[in-house]
Amino acid sequence: MSAVESRPAADASGRGAAFHSPTSGERLRVVEPTLFERSRPGRRAIRFPAPSAAARASAAAQPDIPAAARRTTAPRLPEIHELELVRHFNRLSRLNHAIDIDFYPLGSCTMKYNPKLNEWAARLPGLAGSHPLDPAALSQGSLELQWLLAELLREIGGFAAVSLQPAAGAHGELTGMLMARAYHRSRGEGDQRRTVLVPDSAHGTNPATASMVGFTTRTVPSNARGGIDLEALRGALGPDTAALMLTNPSTLGIFEDQIDDVLAAVHQAGAIAYMDGANLNAILGRFRAGEAGFDVMHFNLHKTFSTPHGGGGPGAGPVGVSERLVPFLPAPRPLLVEGDPATVLANAWAGRSTPGARFELEAPGSRPTAIGRVRTFTGNFGMHVRAYAYIRANGGEGLREVTDDAVVAANYVRVGLADAYDLPFDRICKHEVVFSARRQKREHGVTALDIAKAILDEGIHPPTIYFPLIVEEALMVEPTETETRETLDRFIGVMRDIAHRATTDPEAIRSAPHTTPVGRLDEATAARQPDLRWSFPEAVRTDSERDA
Amino acid sequence: MTYTPHTDADRAAMLAAIGVASVDELFEDIPASVRASRFAVPPSLTEQEVRAELTRLAGRNRPAEVSFLGAGAYRRLIPAVVDEVIGRAEFATAYTPYQPEVSQGTLQAIYEFQTLICELTGMEVASASHYDGATATAEAALMACRLTGRDTVAVSRGVDPQVRRVLATYGSGPGIEIVEVAADLAEGGSGQTDVAAAAAAMGPDVACLVVQQPSFLGVLEPMAELAEAAHANGGMFVTQVDPVSLAVLEAPGRYGADIVTAEGQQLGIPLSFGGPYLGLMAARMDAVRQLPGRLVGATRDGAGRRGYVLTLQAREQHIRREKAASNICTNQALCALAATAYLAAVGPEGLEEVAERSATQARHLVASLEAAGLASRRFGAAYLNEVALHVPSAALRHAALVEQGVVAGFVLEGEYPELGDTLLLAATELTTDDDVARLVEALGAAT
Repeated sequence: MSAVESRPAADASGRGAAFHSPTSGERLRVVEPTLFERSRPGRRAIRFPAPSAAARASAAAQPDIPAAARRTTAPRLPEIHELELVRHFNRLSRLNHAIDIDFYPLGSCTMKYNPKLNEWAARLPGLAGSHPLDPAALSQGSLELQWLLAELLREIGGFAAVSLQPAAGAHGELTGMLMARAYHRSRGEGDQRRTVLVPDSAHGTNPATASMVGFTTRTVPSNARGGIDLEALRGALGPDTAALMLTNPSTLGIFEDQIDDVLAAVHQAGAIAYMDGANLNAILGRFRAGEAGFDVMHFNLHKTFSTPHGGGGPGAGPVGVSERLVPFLPAPRPLLVEGDPATVLANAWAGRSTPGARFELEAPGSRPTAIGRVRTFTGNFGMHVRAYAYIRANGGEGLREVTDDAVVAANYVRVGLADAYDLPFDRICKHEVVFSARRQKREHGVTALDIAKAILDEGIHPPTIYFPLIVEEALMVEPTETETRETLDRFIGVMRDIAHRATTDPEAIRSAPHTTPVGRLDEATAARQPDLRWSFPEAVRTDSERDA
Repeated sequence: MTYTPHTDADRAAMLAAIGVASVDELFEDIPASVRASRFAVPPSLTEQEVRAELTRLAGRNRPAEVSFLGAGAYRRLIPAVVDEVIGRAEFATAYTPYQPEVSQGTLQAIYEFQTLICELTGMEVASASHYDGATATAEAALMACRLTGRDTVAVSRGVDPQVRRVLATYGSGPGIEIVEVAADLAEGGSGQTDVAAAAAAMGPDVACLVVQQPSFLGVLEPMAELAEAAHANGGMFVTQVDPVSLAVLEAPGRYGADIVTAEGQQLGIPLSFGGPYLGLMAARMDAVRQLPGRLVGATRDGAGRRGYVLTLQAREQHIRREKAASNICTNQALCALAATAYLAAVGPEGLEEVAERSATQARHLVASLEAAGLASRRFGAAYLNEVALHVPSAALRHAALVEQGVVAGFVLEGEYPELGDTLLLAATELTTDDDVARLVEALGAAT
């Protein structure tokens, strides 16, 4: 039944074989049937105990589920034996590239190593089994952990307070912009301040977030050095400005070196300064957004603080705020209601609990200025556990080293490829560097997309491509601090080799990838004729027909 | 302990290649006036010390010995195979599948997930996931506003109060007005959403009616009548459902739901103090271009092989920017994978066993408390596995039981002032007869 046409050599664990040993030009073809094709009536994995006779007898006297509410057609869930289930997902997993398999320099995503210790911590039964509505007396550990993490993030970002509620970076942006609006409303300027300024290098989430909050977006151009055009910014700021949303370092990997002037101009205009903290990995211990004057910033725990990306989540996007936004933080916040904060912190840093300390969640409605809830409960706690373990493991010095090594790695790649690809902004970068394949495109018809696909053939994940939008044929490389110099050298070698082959055999690059489980997929047809779910065959076929 | 591999020799060699004398030179673009003045993060710990610290915090939680607490998050059996699947590093340490040629594992799993959610809900298309049930419902209401061109949302008082708060927060962005539809919560009342009130609320400017099934208060809602009320003036019917209940309760697609959302935590995701959970959303194909969140579609490569890609991205923020259907980017992909593995592991019969056993244990719980003269059902309408019970001195006795390691559900008075002396108790497949006996005994002793 399985259509494995050329099986790769597996390593001892069976994991990641597809990418550990790039097949030498041989096309790896693994097509795994869907769960629904694997399904056979009557097979199953898990069984549940039947209710006892006593329970059934006493239940019988209670009203049953009314027939009118009952389901009329059973859902066609797959019927699968457990071993088949395990094989299905393990085979699927082998079709993925992942950090644990090889280099993943996807710019703007901070694909650093996700420590296994954090996974252990998140699965501790005392934490994983904690019900979010348990009375505070039963969940002091969860509440203390959240309180401690918020204190650590507050220090790292230089803010007055932190909310852990947002579930992702874009969710943090939404929270921040709702607070900005609440702030202006509290000053009677809610109707007047409705414009959000966003640089042309910004992530798409920034303008999308502004729209969700009912703001209109105005784009501010970048200057020739890759920073924000200060004069254009000053011209755009006015009594209608609600906020500036600024990614710093920018998506070009460049620290905004006029940041003091930018913040002064924003504050003079009475607007809120929002920092998109997606690139925080570049500045830990070097720049604290709150201290510098930003009013609000979101942290991406799944970028800077090593929680796994999970194939697209879950993440976590806590927000830090300056004093003037504290009243508007989402409710409820975990609070230390009994005990001295400094003592509790000192004890926790020494690995001790503080006798008599007591934590509670803010009562519903107790802070009427709050923007409300942005999700249920108090956030993606499992991510909070991992980030807390990561910050404690690194400590302050370790986090500084994270940033130093991430920036060294990006600059090492920058100089290693400076002559092979165009560098639209050829200056010291922070945690990532943006190249352009415009030369390869113009001279050899090889695009950034082609280069990305050729990188796949080397067992490496490509950089982010075509972003930021202001760079033609962009290739955005973020190596992170956790890659060895040998890996960086290998990547530089691969990129140089592709640049060279673009001049000698451009067709081979244009037709890449050659060794991945599937080739380039027809995305136009996927969008034109959407096939978004498995279609069950109308008639039931026999097993032998299906196996054929 | 740090996770960087560089030796001093590595750093020196890289700095030399870059052409700077020190790391500090790489940070000279940060103006001196705004450099960090402090960074008082405590010193680093070894693995052994991190383990001790996290063990300390986990130990500060006192897990209930017996718990009937649900109210939006449920303790259920998570088959061992589920954690094994999501623990695979190839899934856990991958990013959003932007390069489909090396992301077919994640992409196919999401395609299977979308199919499973369509099957459960009876809908035509399901998104790749949202942050949680509440944000999915809020996004669904905003979607209904876009589709109808209207800016008022009617929501039943039977919807989870936390969900209603999130809806209010999200709705405040574009200036959506929220009107509450009453539920029959009077003594001797059904507990259900008032159909007449719903019909009256659904004027020509109302985009949708939002109803939860079973309601937050545990009762089964008259969904067909409510659908009719929602549709009478061209409004949409948005339902937040319990995914496990769909093994036994009618699929929303069959009673006229236009957008279906759910909290997917019960599908193989641990309680974990409230997150990460899983927002589900499903709709009809004619609404797909306003559906927020990622979608995976099947297609072919140049050699005709089946493969999967992220598709219909023209709805999304990275293409449409300020005109996007939502700002959502990172979602809950690994939780969606857990739900996929869970549903495959339990299968259709297993899910039905879970739902039926939970309902039976809930009935056994109610019958036992009633027989002991300790509680009576607060509402007349039928329930599934969660039920509101009138218990004299509910708050005091609930607190007394906590001291004994028994959590007698959720005290409703805080969220519903009109429901004094009322506890919301949930049973699941993990609820044993002994648990029920323990509650009866403890509640009887606490006077």
